Amino acid sequence: MKKYDIVIVGGGPAGLAAAVGAKENGSDSILILERDNQLGGILNQCIHNGFGLHTFKEELTGPEYAIRFIDRVNELGIEYMLNTMVMEISPDKKVTAMNCTLGVFEIQAKAVILAMGCRERPRGALNIPGYRPAGIFSAGTAQRLVNMEGYLPGREVVILGSGDIGLIMARRMTLEGAKVKAVAELMPYSGGLKRNIVQCLEDYGIPLKLSHTVVDIDGRERLKGVTLAQVDERKRPIPGTEEYIPCDTLLLSVGLIPENELSLGMGIEMEKATNGARVNESLETSIEGVFACGNVLHVHDLVDFVSQEALLAGRNAARYVEGKMERRKEEEVRLIPEDGIRYTVPGCIRLSNMDDVLTIRFRVDRVYKNCFICVYLSGQCILRKKRPVAAPGEMEEIRLSKEKLLELPTLTEITIKIEKE
Amino acid sequence: MYDVVIIGAGVCGAATARELSRYKLKVLVLEKEEDVCTGTTKANSAIIHAGYDAANGSLMARLNVRGNEMMEELAEELDFPFKRIGSLVVSRSKEDMPKLRELYERGIKNGVKGLEIIEGKRLTQMEPELSEDVVAALYAPTAGIVCPFGLTFALAENAFVNGVEFQFNTEVTGIVKEKKGFTINTNKGSCRTGYVVNAAGVYADKIHNMVSKNKICITPRKGEYCLLDKCAGKQVKQVIFSLPGKYGKGILVTPTIHGNLLLGPTATDITDKENVATTREGLSEVISKAQLNVKNIPMSQVITSFAGLRAHEKGHEFIIEEAEDAEGFIDCAGIESPGLSSAPAIGEMIADILRKKIDPEKKEDFVARRKGILMPESLTGEERKQLIQKHPEYGNIICRCEMVTEGEILDAINRPLGARSLDGIKRRTRAGMGRCQSGFCLPRVMEILARQLETEESELTKMGKESLVIVGRNKDRL
Amino acid sequence: MEKRDLTCIICPLGCMLEVNIDGERIGVSGNTCPRGENYARKEVTEPARMVTTTVRIKGREKGQVPCKTAKDIPKEKIFDVVRRLKEVEAVTPVRVGDTILPDAAGTGVAVVATANVD
Repeated sequence: MKKYDIVIVGGGPAGLAAAVGAKENGSDSILILERDNQLGGILNQCIHNGFGLHTFKEELTGPEYAIRFIDRVNELGIEYMLNTMVMEISPDKKVTAMNCTLGVFEIQAKAVILAMGCRERPRGALNIPGYRPAGIFSAGTAQRLVNMEGYLPGREVVILGSGDIGLIMARRMTLEGAKVKAVAELMPYSGGLKRNIVQCLEDYGIPLKLSHTVVDIDGRERLKGVTLAQVDERKRPIPGTEEYIPCDTLLLSVGLIPENELSLGMGIEMEKATNGARVNESLETSIEGVFACGNVLHVHDLVDFVSQEALLAGRNAARYVEGKMERRKEEEVRLIPEDGIRYTVPGCIRLSNMDDVLTIRFRVDRVYKNCFICVYLSGQCILRKKRPVAAPGEMEEIRLSKEKLLELPTLTEITIKIEKE
Repeated sequence: MYDVVIIGAGVCGAATARELSRYKLKVLVLEKEEDVCTGTTKANSAIIHAGYDAANGSLMARLNVRGNEMMEELAEELDFPFKRIGSLVVSRSKEDMPKLRELYERGIKNGVKGLEIIEGKRLTQMEPELSEDVVAALYAPTAGIVCPFGLTFALAENAFVNGVEFQFNTEVTGIVKEKKGFTINTNKGSCRTGYVVNAAGVYADKIHNMVSKNKICITPRKGEYCLLDKCAGKQVKQVIFSLPGKYGKGILVTPTIHGNLLLGPTATDITDKENVATTREGLSEVISKAQLNVKNIPMSQVITSFAGLRAHEKGHEFIIEEAEDAEGFIDCAGIESPGLSSAPAIGEMIADILRKKIDPEKKEDFVARRKGILMPESLTGEERKQLIQKHPEYGNIICRCEMVTEGEILDAINRPLGARSLDGIKRRTRAGMGRCQSGFCLPRVMEILARQLETEESELTKMGKESLVIVGRNKDRL
Repeated sequence: MEKRDLTCIICPLGCMLEVNIDGERIGVSGNTCPRGENYARKEVTEPARMVTTTVRIKGREKGQVPCKTAKDIPKEKIFDVVRRLKEVEAVTPVRVGDTILPDAAGTGVAVVATANVD
């Protein structure tokens, strides 16, 4: 059986940055396992610009961003295997994988970094009624067909969901000659960036219908049209507001789900709010030496933050392999998301392993204007950060200083919440 | 001139074809869709019922029990997945106990083996996730689950290998009774045959009424379902039925043969025989009623929903007989539940009817066994390694949710009566049937299918006819 | 005098901007910071966008090379550029940054590849 210090599952942005982080921190035995035929993951099909402003201080397209990291991985001489599917990982870090040349094979790792990314929610998850004809695609599938294969999935399009992928695809389909008739959004606000609403919809006169959903799908062979309806505050369709829109294509951009089947198979504890693993300050899961980063941990909006997170996961895995990571469960300080905060990553901190400054990432549960993000240690407020606006679509972060936490020797809990003015 | 033309390539048509293929007969199956198993057989509960439901002495009861008994051997012979997992008809009210008892008695009379009424602790031990309201259940150990696609493909492929012809995309437009036999007119020309088997599902009335003055009427009875991710597949261990009682006809909860959890069906009589659209009301009924008998169903794990049509005839009995006023025209109509369970027995019965009329010679070279699509998952690590060494395409995962390899997809396309569409591949291999519902594998499956069929991707369909997957190339109309 | 409503895209706040254009004079209101005013002025006088799309590969039936305009181009030229690119085929091997089209539809801006294709 082959042996590596660190096996990284997934060669997308998270896996690449994790590998770089591990190598730059002294690990020399790293293997990336990637199921696709090239590194870069989903970035390869995200050909629009807007990537890398934080990391490289310039605006790149997805493939360009990926290449920066792929080049770095190659410069550092990090090993990777393409077209290789990880089938199973045992709790003692034996990785079972498969490809065409080696068949089914096993690798023993000292540390594993989970970087499998996420998948799109399918139509069934929303229970959209109607027929099941051809012409219904998740936005990401359409993105792949258009951007990588050069195929136009349809000519008259309705998009359900105004997350960034849906918005980006509205523009892509338009530029390739399709007519996008509407983007419907169940919520009273868009989950996408303002910039995308302006540059992907308004620029092309595509209507954004907030508080609307698809209530019927027409067409037995190829899609013929969809019925949109307005929804009330409990997201139920309002009778009488139905509007039939003829179209041959429906794109669904209705949420992303971390791909944690391997993690679940290992018995890793999961966080309900993120559908990702529960991790500590080192991005280590409930299994010692198994780390998670990127969209498999929690769905990000900006790849720059994926890279930052993954670099740390890689560094921490290298530390773990070298035996430099303390593992004292008793000193765990739990992070408690309260009023308006849906979750935090990490979910707990072991002070001995904490960096001087630790970034905590989280999402809020709805749109807040002129609010404060507050951190309490045993009832005492140590941070009160003003936010003119906080929305579920944009990941928030705060930084905690180790010094501050050490001031309270009996600390067991840190509470994060939203307060109004 | 054919000896027998079977109209409809659903499970009954396929079972009949397979039985007839044992004899030296020229048999043709006509199917209006592009593949086997696209109508009623495609969308149902996928259950092999024990046989206590149907009235004593009915054809339904007899064929159900017989079909159930045949299933194990057939699954072995034709290599399709079938599991005898047992079923529970649960009662949530003490008042309903006599009804449960009645069902038990009926089952015994129908010849169902192993029936038991179970209460209390033993019941919760058998099914820990049953709702607290459940007071008792009728346990039928012989009930099972099957892959309806797997069963039908197995029967059809085996019939094909044994010489039965299949013609797809061929819709019967008229049948003319001749002096001897029939002329069948279709959208693709006409053919002559001595005998006709009408296995046309919800269209069995239309076909029957083309030759008979004793009109029948088949009402499509829509059933809607929700399918949950495999992570919910162990919620129950056996099929959980509701006792038809004061809560109305219930919604069942069952694991599927592939490890998902299936909820449904509703029952709504409709008029449009092509209307397999799910409805808001239907799906919410499935979701709410499923939870009456089973607790903690993770409804956020629904990955798809679908609707199927039962071919309901008002007598609620299978009509399997020669039409009185059309000699040589054999009906196989009104095949609603337990139709799937009964199918092998139905095939046998129709073959019997025809055998008595034609007295055909047996084929010496009949091939009774059929090998299904090789599933690498069923192999040991070493066997799998050897397979991949020989055929590297079995090392290439195409559908990652269901772990389907390129080798399996190639097999699905290239085998007898191979797949011609994305749904054809999906139903044969499960590629695209998993939790992402083909989001990732669609472009890759398209590429393989186009390559194998030597056609353009733009010609590929989801399910034949006008169901084109893509409409053109980037910028082609700019 | 012309009045236009814009949504500021500079930050997530998304201020609703009202821009009054009176010949040379441009008045912006609704913004909460100076960056919003700058955005509005640029957006009403010379709106520009980067175009990202794909081109076909010479001699191949399948596959695409992703590309972008090397910098922002005038917004009204977007479709001219895309239509022009319909006629263009990239010659492999292509590296990131390779010029696909030196002057995109008279904008003076080049279109460059954004991925490596062998």
